[in-house]
Amino acid sequence: MKSVVPQKNVSMRDVFGDTLLKFSLESSRVYAIDGDLANSTKLDTVANGNPKKFLQMGIAEQNMMSVAAGLATTGLQPWACTFAAFLSKRAIDQIQVQIAQPKLDVKMIGAYSGLLTGVTGKTHQALEDIAIFRSLANMVVLAPADAIEMKQMMEFAHKYEGPVYMRIARDPYPVIVDGKYQFEFGKATTLKDGKDITIISTGTQTSRSLAAAEQLEAEGISVAVVHMPTIKPLDTDAIINAAKSTGVIVTAEEHSIYGGLGSAVAEVLVEECPAPMLRVGVKDVNAESAKNDDLLEKYGLSEGHIVKTVKEALKKKRN
Amino acid sequence: MNSSLSKEKIMLLKEKASEARKLIIETVHHAEAGHIGGPMSATDIITNLYFHEMNIDPNDPRNEERDRFVLSKGHSAIGLYAVLALRGYMPVEELQTFDSLNSRLQAHPDMNTLPGLDMSTGSLGQGISAAVGIALGAKLQGKRYRTYCMIGDGESQEGQVWEAADIASKYELDNLVGILDYNKLQQFGWSDDEKSRKSPIHDPKERWESFGWHVIEIDGHNQEEIEKAFNEAREVKSKPVMIIANTVKGKGVSFMENQFLWHSRIPTDSELNQAKKELEMGAL
Ligand SMILES: Cc1ncc(C[n+]2csc(CCOP(=O)(O)OP(=O)(O)O)c2C)c(N)n1
Ligand SMILES: [Mg+2]
Repeated sequence: MKSVVPQKNVSMRDVFGDTLLKFSLESSRVYAIDGDLANSTKLDTVANGNPKKFLQMGIAEQNMMSVAAGLATTGLQPWACTFAAFLSKRAIDQIQVQIAQPKLDVKMIGAYSGLLTGVTGKTHQALEDIAIFRSLANMVVLAPADAIEMKQMMEFAHKYEGPVYMRIARDPYPVIVDGKYQFEFGKATTLKDGKDITIISTGTQTSRSLAAAEQLEAEGISVAVVHMPTIKPLDTDAIINAAKSTGVIVTAEEHSIYGGLGSAVAEVLVEECPAPMLRVGVKDVNAESAKNDDLLEKYGLSEGHIVKTVKEALKKKRN
Repeated sequence: MNSSLSKEKIMLLKEKASEARKLIIETVHHAEAGHIGGPMSATDIITNLYFHEMNIDPNDPRNEERDRFVLSKGHSAIGLYAVLALRGYMPVEELQTFDSLNSRLQAHPDMNTLPGLDMSTGSLGQGISAAVGIALGAKLQGKRYRTYCMIGDGESQEGQVWEAADIASKYELDNLVGILDYNKLQQFGWSDDEKSRKSPIHDPKERWESFGWHVIEIDGHNQEEIEKAFNEAREVKSKPVMIIANTVKGKGVSFMENQFLWHSRIPTDSELNQAKKELEMGAL
């Protein structure tokens, strides 16, 4: 990982569509399953480029996920994609009973995850999906930081046989992994070294965490940034090592503070290596529709919030 | 459409169905758990599927070309297990493990534990969608196997059933045969009609037809009618088929028939003996 300052913005959903199109052309098993959102999620790349591999299920997410399960029993690999809010809440019983419990090879892509869902407001924001999917046995939960990592995750998911949930973002994000980066399933990656404190972040909050770390560095605070692309199974060693080496931790995620990465990290710390920590995430509130920067600011996810939280956490550090 | 069933075959199907009903009641009595009414209304149809209609091989239960059966009304699992055992998918004695620790025979069908189960179900409304996926998978891969799926009338209150109905006709799944176990009762239902406690699926024929399905109505306890319906279904092109099977919940045992309480009651020893006697007499 060379520069920590993100440069180019690339759209995850564009790369998602392109990558899935490629899979669908290369593998007879791969099908794209839509819930009438293809032109938002970019599943329409498959509809346009390889129409035979695109299955429209209409606005009926429960049926959509059960159909995907049925398809998987016949040897196909369905990639079902809708907004993360609907995937994680509208169809979760179907996902648990017919995909997770039978360990079927269905890939679930939660598009428009988190808080920044394109001015659609609280009905469309997905701030609970990590908590929900993480609690399902047999489920893999992934949250890429940028489009490059997402593509590598998709390659992993394509080869992996079993249920995978991946939450991706609507808007373009800075590419933060360098050319040599290779996503490793179940492994955290240290994007920046530091000795005073560690930020453990996932998904889209990783680029904001890096920017915050840079700012703190300028103020003389040495911050490590550990990116956690696989939320389940969790890299517990990375968490323990971070606690041991810096003694205090801040987590950052575009998710509720309940049940997400922060909770997962806290669970590990409490059981394995108690250390003070604070969580950056959406507090116990429903958000609203507004511009991205306004939302990040009001709901506590901005770079500035991460900086502030790191400083608060440092006060808790035991010397 | 005519029935091509020989007298001997009809006798065999009746015998097997009667044995299956006995096994259902014995197993629920032994396990002190499970359902009775729904499994017994479905027995004749499931027996026909596994002893006549479906292309299956108990010795090769995961053969890719096999016909599939999804028991969407998964709480009737014991009815399916009894028939599978009689058909040779497992020793009949294994039914004794039903609902106990480490058993392959879970309260609701678990496709990972018992080869021969084509889908996991238990949460009502989902199985029919999975069956749509299985039938669609066959079409996409040019496979000739057929997919059968049984739903309940109470289950039909789930909106997902109608989501599935829409998509099945959209994709012209003529390799999919639904069977509605129309026994007119569910678990508790409505007390405003204390006698019938009817589930509100008014005119299922009209409803399924309006969703673009080919509908066949039969007596779900008459083997010839069941067979004729399956034959007719095979001739239908570009449409999924729904067989509306008029059935009696608790069929075969006088004091269980049409009684909503027998949805999932555990028979006493004397009820068990009485039921077995009646089933033996009825089978002759
Ligand atoms: C989603 C869901 N809700 C509730 C139940 C509990 N339940 C099990 S069986 C049943 C009644 C089903 O009635 P019906 O579909 O008519 O089946 P049958 O009469 O054949 O037993 C209910 C409510 C369930 N299994 N799944
Ligand atoms: Mg019923």
